[in-house]
Amino acid sequence: MKKFTNSGNIDTRSGFGAGMDELGETHENVVALCADLTGSLKLNDFAKNHPERFFQTGIAEANMIGMAAGMTIGGKIPYATSFANFATGRVYDQIRQSVAYSNKNVKICASHAGLTLGEDGATHQILEDLGLMKMLPGMTVINPCDFNQTKAATKAIADFEGPVYLRFGRPSVPNFTEADGKFEIGKALHLVEGADVTILATGHLVWHALEAAEELEAKGISAEVINIHTIKPLDDEAILNSVKKTRCVVTCEEHNYLGGLGESVSGLLAKKDPVYQEFVATNDTFGESGTPAQLMEKYGLNTKSIVEAVNKVLAKK
Amino acid sequence: MPNTKQLEDFVSQVRRDIVRQVHGVSSGHPGGSLGCAEFFVALYQEVMKRKEGFDMDGKDEDLFFLSNGHISPVFYSVLARSGYFPVEELNTFRKIDSRLQGHPTTHEGLPGIRIASGSLGQGMSVALGAAQAKKLNGDDNLVYSLHGDGELQEGQNWEAILYAAGNKIDNLISTIDLNGQQIDGSTDDVLNMGSVRAKFEAFGWDVLDIEKGNDIEAIITGLNEAKSRTGKGKPVCILLHTIMGYGVDFMMQGHAWHGKAPNDEQLEKALAQNPETLGDY
Repeated sequence: MKKFTNSGNIDTRSGFGAGMDELGETHENVVALCADLTGSLKLNDFAKNHPERFFQTGIAEANMIGMAAGMTIGGKIPYATSFANFATGRVYDQIRQSVAYSNKNVKICASHAGLTLGEDGATHQILEDLGLMKMLPGMTVINPCDFNQTKAATKAIADFEGPVYLRFGRPSVPNFTEADGKFEIGKALHLVEGADVTILATGHLVWHALEAAEELEAKGISAEVINIHTIKPLDDEAILNSVKKTRCVVTCEEHNYLGGLGESVSGLLAKKDPVYQEFVATNDTFGESGTPAQLMEKYGLNTKSIVEAVNKVLAKK
Repeated sequence: MPNTKQLEDFVSQVRRDIVRQVHGVSSGHPGGSLGCAEFFVALYQEVMKRKEGFDMDGKDEDLFFLSNGHISPVFYSVLARSGYFPVEELNTFRKIDSRLQGHPTTHEGLPGIRIASGSLGQGMSVALGAAQAKKLNGDDNLVYSLHGDGELQEGQNWEAILYAAGNKIDNLISTIDLNGQQIDGSTDDVLNMGSVRAKFEAFGWDVLDIEKGNDIEAIITGLNEAKSRTGKGKPVCILLHTIMGYGVDFMMQGHAWHGKAPNDEQLEKALAQNPETLGDY
């Protein structure tokens, strides 16, 4: 199978920061808003280089979302940033009315999503944000897998008209996608060709899916790995074409199985081509404090969990 | 510029439009709409700098945001009669397939509306963003917003009020409709807010009162005074003292007509008190 090389562990939020640095130079209408988390969102350079386009709102996320909506009136492209919990759940109604229903060109960019936030614990580890955001009519939902892809997605959404939720994270993770690669919203990426099982992964779980495919190959199982960086709109065609061949699917995400990628895939397959599916996701639970690796192990979100899920789904096939 | 008599005639027609819209679907919020009729007419017919037609960005003109979206009947009437869309469309208020949704929205593309409102407390943040965008664009026109007094109970307002003063957003004039009423009763009874003036001043705003909030000349004078205070490093707040239900005697009794539609007989009484001046839709 095709091998991927990790060019060095780095956090996806730094990919966001790097993308913002470039946008600062290339897109004069891009503005950034931040609610007292400039360093955590890697916006220090943007704030320093473009102070007139950087808006510090203080710890007041609801006002930040409303302001971002207002700034689109006059042609700005606001990137409203915070931790995923405070950028979605805390301000759901503000996003719903002032951004989504009003169809404003706001980019909600959220770091520290999921369990890999680590030691801060469940108050900060949102595992429901993809579901919250994908349920909003007109909202595009993107969850890139590494530094390079997060940087590319950050840049790509500036040229896309409409509200976007861009989700990324805190921990250093393998960086393996093409540097300065093109990011096509809604276009799933085939990473590994396979015949026995389709593994659909998003965000931090994509690397684990690649590792799982290697382990499976050693046992004579041919897994197809697809990177679903865009949860909504879902790339129906890519998923259906793969499943047509493999006849079973494993979905992998750092999110509750309710409302996440897995449920979107189930919904598609139930209508078009029902096959057995296993979910690598959290099981309707809150997280807790711990290191990212400990948490991913405890809540079943790592390479081992994916291999087990593949074995389970193959047994049913 | 229209004279006072012309503006008062305009207001009379707007009041007819309000009660007729709400009566037509037996739902909606006439009380606050009636109380703000003079304010909207003053703003759109006299005070705001407006371009011909409508574009979302609103560059090189003043902008207005309605935060307490439930008073949509007065907004729709004044927008229609100011040329944003056909007056006949008022007949579709709150009906299926209409651009005139129960609460204002951009979703159906109604000209004159720049943001959805209805879920309370969000409009000042939006107005702030638009005011910041104007500054970035070197556009020295103003942003106006209107809020209910009960609406100030929503916490997001205070995030916005704090931000506006802290960041010297001095191209914004936010008006509070101080009618002292909300759905469940008087604001004093539901959640006593004490002095709204003292609160805005404590947050660093420049505050002025329009004591006669249902007197068109007093409102124009007050709005012009507010304009003269912009550009001086502080956001400007107008406390607009109105009477809920103003212009229809039996609706001017406390909060009863906040969200209640008149029946046929009540409609006739209301219309009799507000002569048809510009032609009913």
